[in-house]
Amino acid sequence: MAVDVEAQPGMAQKPGPESFTLRVRRYDPESGEAPYWEEHTIELEPHRSVLEGLLQAKGRFDGSIGIRCSCKAAICGSCGVRINGQPGLACHTHLDKARASAQGDDGVIVVEPMGNMPVIKDLIVDMDAVHWKKIQRVTPWLINKQPVPEREYIVPHENMVDVTQTMACIQCGACVSDCLSMEVDPLFIGPAALAKAYRFVGDPRDAEQYERLKDLAEDPHGIFDCTHCFNCIEACPKGVAPMSQIMRLRRVTTQDHHIVDRNNGERHERAFVSLIRDYGLLHEAELLPRSYGGDSWFGKFHPAAGQQLLGSLPVLARGLATGKFTPKKAIFGHRIAKADLKAVKAIYDKVEGKPRRYELNLYISGYEDEPEPAVPAAVGAEDGGMPSAPGPDPHEPTSASESESA
Amino acid sequence: MKVAYWPGCVSRGFTPELHGSMAAVAPLLDIELVELDRACCTGAGVIAEHNQELADTLNARTFALAQAVEGADLMMNICSTCQGAQSECQERLDANSEYREHVNGTLAAEGLSYEKGLTNKNFLWLLVEEIGLENLKQKVKRPLTNLKVGPFYGCYIVRPTDRLGIDDEHPRDHYLHWVIEALGGTVIDYAGVHKCCGFPIITMNKDASLTQAGRHLSDAQDAEADCLVVPCPLCHLNLDLQQPLAKKAVGRDDLSMPVLHLPQLVGLALGLEPKQLGMSKHVVKPTSVIDWSSAVVGAPVA
Repeated sequence: MAVDVEAQPGMAQKPGPESFTLRVRRYDPESGEAPYWEEHTIELEPHRSVLEGLLQAKGRFDGSIGIRCSCKAAICGSCGVRINGQPGLACHTHLDKARASAQGDDGVIVVEPMGNMPVIKDLIVDMDAVHWKKIQRVTPWLINKQPVPEREYIVPHENMVDVTQTMACIQCGACVSDCLSMEVDPLFIGPAALAKAYRFVGDPRDAEQYERLKDLAEDPHGIFDCTHCFNCIEACPKGVAPMSQIMRLRRVTTQDHHIVDRNNGERHERAFVSLIRDYGLLHEAELLPRSYGGDSWFGKFHPAAGQQLLGSLPVLARGLATGKFTPKKAIFGHRIAKADLKAVKAIYDKVEGKPRRYELNLYISGYEDEPEPAVPAAVGAEDGGMPSAPGPDPHEPTSASESESA
Repeated sequence: MKVAYWPGCVSRGFTPELHGSMAAVAPLLDIELVELDRACCTGAGVIAEHNQELADTLNARTFALAQAVEGADLMMNICSTCQGAQSECQERLDANSEYREHVNGTLAAEGLSYEKGLTNKNFLWLLVEEIGLENLKQKVKRPLTNLKVGPFYGCYIVRPTDRLGIDDEHPRDHYLHWVIEALGGTVIDYAGVHKCCGFPIITMNKDASLTQAGRHLSDAQDAEADCLVVPCPLCHLNLDLQQPLAKKAVGRDDLSMPVLHLPQLVGLALGLEPKQLGMSKHVVKPTSVIDWSSAVVGAPVA
């Protein structure tokens, strides 16, 4: 029996095609001409992707538009671009959402090539020159522990779960595009390659974890060159959170392998962490000398600290001259009350005294339940508190897992 | 409104003018600050990098102390980095009750416990969401007319957007723009608005760090900003205290960009005097902001 689908009450009407204007950055380095903007208005249903819009513009108006694409399903990682200034996959961005995030009031969707990589043509960037070169830099393959077992390796489940987040990477380059460290230091190994490095550092079958970490820590453009800006976490369409992987690399480097690098990474971390244990608050004037010369009050007299500190003296002098801080504060710092300091130290002793670190990775464990609806803000639970921020989608509840360092 | 107030370390250390200006501005906005002087540093991401559980426990202790402040509406901070570091820990604590209990087990030695659901807002968020821009406008006594202000947010308060509750309803990555406008100023958009000041790598890669700061300052100057405003004292350290070095890093001898803390900008518009707001303590003198002969905000309060 034929059913008139259109007539079904309560059934949402499928939205018809709408007009969207794409403003595409065109550039052909071989032409010798400067880059320019070109606008095309396309007709598509709002749930269709920006990539489909670009392909329609290419088919209907100008076959010379350069865009790299393949799967159209956010799997192959080919169509990384910047949409309204944000890096992402063109095939993974709906036209209506792109229009809503347009920066101008006219709703025009601005599409540009990704950043930090040279443009080959229009929206196609040279991934080989930057992204793939950096991936190669981290030895992106497993170096087997010997002897190789006759049959399969037996790897504990939790170890493989630990690296699944980095394995979700599709090499689209969105994180590389907007890496703010790479913007000022093009030699920085960068978020995608360092996330890839954790893939092997976290794998118990790999034989050269120490060597990998030593190499990445000693490189002046390695793990300690990340400025913690979260741009890569925001850019990644697959939830890889490259910056979190870089922080894990640092943790394993300093805590498990006790690698003291020439970039002050380990010393800075140790100085910061122990200053908070000893003072409760950051003692800024001590942080620099200890980061350069080692974690003690005498750090500033270490030869390695000398030159660096000499460079910082004018800064200290300026601070003193403007009355920003007094000599007393610069020397003695500031601290919380004795009883509280004791409580802080007790926390340090208890947590750091454990044989294994306890880590909760929300990518794996998920979120227990939906965030509560917004109610008038309150601190006290009896007053009805509210979460400070709406959280991501809920996942299956699972318990926190202890992670063993690699 | 009464808030459990976390001032952070640097606002009481190397940028005391921030803590001072917040204290001066709070009564004008009817904010009662109950200082969490028993709490310790948030770890600024570094302790979390060292040991996640340690950072979560130290911050849970701060949250528990905030929840113990009687009659407080919420917890407030004046540092983007504190906001980001605390939000990261709170996200984990709120997401998993077993983990929360585990952390509370450590806090029990002090008789403290964190209960899920703390509201923790940077002063910027509080201005827009609790005080309200209309209310703020009505309190303005010395509008920042013709003052061209470049907003500089700091990474920790704008990313990751889901953790920080940034969405269509709460475009918190635009609040600084709105506040500048509400105070009568003109917003200058420039490339560095949402970028990194470079502070976290100042000891690891000084050149890269100072180049970051120098570029944003140069971009703002080229866009003809009179000053920048920051809700983060760590950004202030790299943009103001280090500006003489940042200038060299990018080869810009002409660079001279005053950087104001958010409470200072608000305080000026609410009629406070520059000296009350500690503006003499900046390395780059905010002459273009408060010069009586040429400027805009220098005029006596109407």
